[in-house]
Amino acid sequence: MSGVKERVIEIIAEQAVLEPSDVSLDQSLADLGVDSMGLVEAIFSIEESFDIQVPFNANEPEKSDFDISSVATVVATVEKLVAEQAG
Amino acid sequence: MRRVVITGSGTINPLGHSVPETYEAMREGRCGIGELDIRDVERLSIRIGGQVKGYNPDQRFNRQQQALYDRFTQFTLIAAEEAIAQSGLEFSGHVAAESGVVLGTSGGGLNTQDENYRAVYEEGKNRVHPFIVPKLMNNSAASHVSMNYNLKGPSFTVATACASSNHAMGQAFWLIRSGAATAIVTGGSESMLCFGGVKAWEGLRVMSRDACRPFSANRNGMVQGEGAGIFVFEEFEHAKARGAGILAEVVGFSMTSDAADIVMPSQHGATRAILGALKDARIGAEKVGYINAHGTGTAANDKTECAAVSKVFGRHADEVMISSTKSMHGHLIGGTGAVELLACLMALNDGIIAPTIGYEEPDPECSLDVVPNEAREAKVSHVLSNAFAFGGQNAVLALRTL
Repeated sequence: MSGVKERVIEIIAEQAVLEPSDVSLDQSLADLGVDSMGLVEAIFSIEESFDIQVPFNANEPEKSDFDISSVATVVATVEKLVAEQAG
Repeated sequence: MRRVVITGSGTINPLGHSVPETYEAMREGRCGIGELDIRDVERLSIRIGGQVKGYNPDQRFNRQQQALYDRFTQFTLIAAEEAIAQSGLEFSGHVAAESGVVLGTSGGGLNTQDENYRAVYEEGKNRVHPFIVPKLMNNSAASHVSMNYNLKGPSFTVATACASSNHAMGQAFWLIRSGAATAIVTGGSESMLCFGGVKAWEGLRVMSRDACRPFSANRNGMVQGEGAGIFVFEEFEHAKARGAGILAEVVGFSMTSDAADIVMPSQHGATRAILGALKDARIGAEKVGYINAHGTGTAANDKTECAAVSKVFGRHADEVMISSTKSMHGHLIGGTGAVELLACLMALNDGIIAPTIGYEEPDPECSLDVVPNEAREAKVSHVLSNAFAFGGQNAVLALRTL
């Protein structure tokens, strides 16, 4: 699954207005200063980049299957979705 | 200060094609939300909405009229016909000169835009019908009401997203109260249930895929609706002199801005709007028996709105009934406050409080009397109608019986 991690980090970094090198896997999106609107934009970029559907309802983010507790969980979830939805 | 009363009401919305049909549906707690029947629905991930069903424009408007009337204008004219007929007002001479139209809408002729962008972009056409601009413009509905009924005073359209109708009706109230008008046809209309309209809302990820359940712990977002609500607001002495039937008195209005976030609502902004309407009406919160909530069914709105009502009403918060009829007709965006004002008139005149349907689980953060699932008989003398829009623009109306 090469490149997924790098691209997800790039997308999150863009929303956080940081360099990708300043984003570490253990940080949460809130730590990085990504608010609810930044999150929705990041998910849109992820869907467009990988041509996948991300299950996420902004109305109740905590109940979504999309785990946003850290950069690492976002990367892992996207890798899983890419694998599931490939082809 | 001049007093303002409502002498006519009309509507077409997912619950009915008239006011009596809508009241019946609200009394029965009927749901007007269902599967969307629109072009390309299979490419949408949100496939439910409060559509106006059983409506055939060919039965109401001829071909020339349909060339000029977008669906939101058609809804407006149908509702205006009912409201003006009920009021019994004839607009001629000085009454015509002193009467106008103030309407709310958010999307205006969105169906017309959607159809014609499709024609030029998707189908590659290089020509569109000559009347597309006058058909899609946001003020077209107000203009056609003015033209059809000879209303020659102030006419304009207000756009404040989900609060458009309340802002419009507030302007109508103030125009009459201040002496700038004798009667205003007011309310709002919306018709965004087309592929592009729903697709745009999908992007925001606040839409429910199954139902609108305001204040219920298991709610999962809003559901869009369409339709119009139109009222005749009239100066009290003028209405009395001609022996008009009076549906309610408009006693207060307030507008505030959150000045904070483009989508997240603020409790403070909502609180100030509710307090402002009470102050303008010169009544205490304890007088208010019913509030028609903004109640969108999103976590952000419902928690903020309940906190604001609790703050304003204090120990009276447990006594006031607050329901969201969006659970039945969906969110009519720029037309929603107008259709919801009908629930206020039904409460004042019939003593029936419209329910919040789809209510399944109590939410400790929304622990008010939300009139769950079944309409209730109750005598109320004063009511409020809340609208809190994207963009942080809030508008609250206060009404009472006469």
